[in-house]
Amino acid sequence: MTTTALSAPRERRRDPRRHYPMWFYLPAAAVYGVLFIVPTVASLYFAFTRWNLSGAEFIGFENFALFFREPYLFQGLVNTLIYGALTSGLKVVLGLLLGVFLTSQIIARGYLRSVVFFPVLVSTVGIGVTFAVLMDPSDGLINRALAVIGVDGPGWLTDPNLALVSVALVDVWKGVGLATLIYIAGIVAIPQEYFEAAKVDGASSCQNLRFVILPLLWPATSTVIVLSLIGGLRSFDLIWTMTQGGPGFTSDVVASVIFKQYQAGFWGLSSAGNVVLFLLVSAVMVPLYWLMGRKEVER
Amino acid sequence: MKRTKGVASGLIAIVLSAVVFLVPFAFIVLTASKTRGEAALREFSLPSEWAIWENFLAVVQARDYMLLAAFVNSTILTVASIVLMVVLAAMVGYVMQRRPNRWTPLANALVLAGLIIPPAVVPTIWVLQGLGLFRTLPGLVLIEVAYGLSFCVLLFRAFVATIPREVDEAAVIDGAGPVRLFFQVILPLLRSVIWTVVIVQAVAVFNDFQNPLYFLPGDDHATVQLTLYNFRSQYTTQWNLLFMDILLITVPPLIMYAFFNRQIVAGLTSGAVKG
Repeated sequence: MTTTALSAPRERRRDPRRHYPMWFYLPAAAVYGVLFIVPTVASLYFAFTRWNLSGAEFIGFENFALFFREPYLFQGLVNTLIYGALTSGLKVVLGLLLGVFLTSQIIARGYLRSVVFFPVLVSTVGIGVTFAVLMDPSDGLINRALAVIGVDGPGWLTDPNLALVSVALVDVWKGVGLATLIYIAGIVAIPQEYFEAAKVDGASSCQNLRFVILPLLWPATSTVIVLSLIGGLRSFDLIWTMTQGGPGFTSDVVASVIFKQYQAGFWGLSSAGNVVLFLLVSAVMVPLYWLMGRKEVER
Repeated sequence: MKRTKGVASGLIAIVLSAVVFLVPFAFIVLTASKTRGEAALREFSLPSEWAIWENFLAVVQARDYMLLAAFVNSTILTVASIVLMVVLAAMVGYVMQRRPNRWTPLANALVLAGLIIPPAVVPTIWVLQGLGLFRTLPGLVLIEVAYGLSFCVLLFRAFVATIPREVDEAAVIDGAGPVRLFFQVILPLLRSVIWTVVIVQAVAVFNDFQNPLYFLPGDDHATVQLTLYNFRSQYTTQWNLLFMDILLITVPPLIMYAFFNRQIVAGLTSGAVKG
């Protein structure tokens, strides 16, 4: 009897409905709903229309068929996958190596960490314009430096086979600092006992990396892969400022195709591009999440 | 033995890092301080005649002080969108953590969707036009808020979990209503994560190029990233001015880094350890 009398007001105080009102969701939900959810849902309709200044006309799967039929659109699809895989793969490998190196006993560690990281914060447009100048085939700094050691540098951004890779390399240059930072945080969090145990067992530094650091760093690795894939598949800024998809359309990605079709007034096709990009990102990310979840359990 | 190895590999790394990471920036600074004729050679060399101040004035005064106007626009955009983002995302993260109910899974799914789904551009313009917000600064502010919310909500929700519920209860006993409880008790306790959100998003919004390009085209309200993009076609023969422009636009984030590198590191690596 007494217990109920005591607990009743306490229950009321703890009642979440009183102190955590649902309307706290409202302002965010309004902005997010109107400017993100509504356009995303609308794109699912507009992707099936021929949409321009004169209005939207339903044409079924025609836009999607175009995406797979027209080389200048399909190339963008292939390039997006290449770009995403290349940047995220390189960021994992280089980020891990740099992370291990920058947590070891070396001089000037703080300086090196800052230097590797600071391009992350710099304007992508600024970096794009700068590297477009540095990668100039005849009087760019990179090819001049190569000429000094007797190498005939390629046309980084003018060679159709190389332009996409060159942009991807600049992307890695700019983004590897973030991957490194994530790996450093992961390595620092590994308890010292693991390394001591490995030392007692006589592990070499290679074995240390392969059998101690790498498995324990799985959360960091999955973060790097997810972040760089999401960024890489949607990447636009760097490609647009460095090559605008050129030469021809050899370095176009879906994001730049979307912009080009929008500028040309083919809004339906542009929206279809958005849906294609969405499906592409989901097709890559969903299996990845599933795979990562499994890996987590195995560990 | 170990010590000398550390020194040797450190020295090699310093040289390598200088070549790979510092030379491009040195190139920006050097070209920005050259005269027009010398900059046109695009060599990596010290300028024979330092013209850094003249170039600075020329870039600032170009096209009727457009760069200054752009800095004002970018500042308004960055400050306004971050204030909104912090308040709205903190409210959501707080209620999501404190009051799990049948709506929470939906909210979770929407947060994840915001992180993964690429925004649909043309339909967004269509919506903005319907609201009369296309080509306006407030429109772009709301866009940045909408796209940034997911990341902020994740951080806030994780941080609210570390604040004991006893704090809430004490405030309630003292007679605080839900609004006061949040704004006067909880929000001040979120200070450290708010700094993280502010800095990470400030860099992201200030450096954003794609959204201004789509949603705020034209010279009227150009942001600094857009002016740089426009300057490029205008200054194809004046490399010194182009690189001075790059230099000026690069500086603000680097200043932030110098002052707040601890918060930046904390923000960007959150979740990396726990997964």
